Amino acid sequence: MRPDRGAVCDMLAEYGALIDMAKFDEWLDLFAEECRYQIIPRENFDRGLPAGLVFCDSRAMLEDRIRALREANKYNIHTDRHVVGLPRVFEDGLALEAPFAVFQTNQEGETRLFATGLYRDRLEILGQRLKIRDKLVLLDTFAVPSLLATPL
Amino acid sequence: MATVTAAIWPALDYSRVPYRLYHDAEIYTREQERIFRGPVWSYLGLDSEIPEPGDFRATWVGETPVIFNRDKSGSVKAFVNRCAHRGALVRRELSGNADEHICIYHQWCYGLDGSLTAIPFRRGIRGKGGLDPTFEMRRHGLRPLRVGNINGALFGTLSEDAEPLEDFLGPPILAQLRRLLDRPVRVLGYNRQRIRGNWKLYAENTRDNYHASLLHEFLVTFGLDRSTQTGGVKMDARHRHNITWAEADSDTDEFAHQAYAGAGVRNDFLSLKAPSLVAFRPERDDKLNLVVTSVFPSAVFVQISNSLAVRQIRPRGVDEVEVFQTMLGYEDDPPEMTLHRLRQTNLVGPAGLVSMEDGEAIEIVHRASRPDPERTTVIELGGGGVISDRDYRVTDVPLRGFWSYYAELLGIEPEGAVR
Repeated sequence: MRPDRGAVCDMLAEYGALIDMAKFDEWLDLFAEECRYQIIPRENFDRGLPAGLVFCDSRAMLEDRIRALREANKYNIHTDRHVVGLPRVFEDGLALEAPFAVFQTNQEGETRLFATGLYRDRLEILGQRLKIRDKLVLLDTFAVPSLLATPL
Repeated sequence: MATVTAAIWPALDYSRVPYRLYHDAEIYTREQERIFRGPVWSYLGLDSEIPEPGDFRATWVGETPVIFNRDKSGSVKAFVNRCAHRGALVRRELSGNADEHICIYHQWCYGLDGSLTAIPFRRGIRGKGGLDPTFEMRRHGLRPLRVGNINGALFGTLSEDAEPLEDFLGPPILAQLRRLLDRPVRVLGYNRQRIRGNWKLYAENTRDNYHASLLHEFLVTFGLDRSTQTGGVKMDARHRHNITWAEADSDTDEFAHQAYAGAGVRNDFLSLKAPSLVAFRPERDDKLNLVVTSVFPSAVFVQISNSLAVRQIRPRGVDEVEVFQTMLGYEDDPPEMTLHRLRQTNLVGPAGLVSMEDGEAIEIVHRASRPDPERTTVIELGGGGVISDRDYRVTDVPLRGFWSYYAELLGIEPEGAVR
């Protein structure tokens, strides 16, 4: 079954909104049981180098990331705003590419462009829902401003 | 330049550092001249990044753009990436392979040794224009750097006065670099971070043993590294460089609980769902699972568990620093070990579980210290006075070593100061 384009767009909208609202458990729930999540600087990707800023090759690692974010990590106090562009949907409707921008706003209301790049997702269908099996965040803004704590 | 003098230091043991040193544009200019273009060796990159003749990479020595490449004979050459003609960047790409370097502005052409080899319309057109016949091309090459190589780590200096690289590093640092680079390395990737703070705050941070398990709570909470482990700091004879080290499995949970609880610091230990993130696989016959080797002024060689990296501190004006990090594995790593290292890259870098906090810490110091240039930091963990190695971890003595050599190079070392 090929998912309709509307469902793919809804999933992407949900993805960004959940991070912006800091609802990380619900965000994790968008991923499949067996999944991969990577943030790779374009500089590495273009040279065929595998190292990323975030490299989670299992759901357990992704859950650990979120736990560390809550339990241990300290970072700049800010809110995120994801702006996810229209996706290009490929093949069986389960592969997509979507541009994104993430703006960060600090406590004093200053906003800066934090990151822009491309999502490359591979999805699967579980029951009535779309799940992310493999997400590659290809980061154009690989000179990371300050630090990267909350997921992109 | 006369406004900053040795009188700036309130204490001869460098236990007080005036905030002015992080914010003053005049001081920053002097640092570029006396430190980065002065008698130090700066990390350039890795031999393995330019394996073939003609391979080149762009790098920085302070704010000076530099190219290093491999010439046709196989030896590594480095020079300032700035055209002798009008001062343009000659090589704009960050890496590649070429037979020569040609400036786009007027197409002056340089060989892989940096020598000027061709100038368009050198004799003009129909005998008119061009350069005077007395113009000596050999005097207008790209400014060379002396290059040194320690097990594949390339260093360069712009100064005639720099001592030999091995002497500059000193035996303990040399031994650590040779240990980390005891086999050919493979680059797994790069990451970059722009921190809105002075570059010296980063240089201090890497020498600050005290902050590690307090700022980076992940270290203790998830059992990767605790100040209760056997460890310490070791410096070169001039105390400009530092090795922060710790041994794996050298304390007990019970002792660590007591120590952290007694200090009023959080001490509940949690476990990960994917514990390979913090699993240490010994790779040689020592127990070291944390070695942070800071080389004055701008290089840091890092082993945290099985993640290996070189960090280059790139000043970007008085108020900003870029940290450029090269993630490494060994060429002979089996695929499974490469995967283990890739997982542990999560620990370090701008998104690193035990490093992201540094970006925030540096920015909040830079922001809060700016308005009061005469006020100072307090550097007294491990005591004041003599600067020496310590076999314990609650110390920031190596920061005083950094400042001692900094003061010498800037020409602001007070009489009777500790070294």
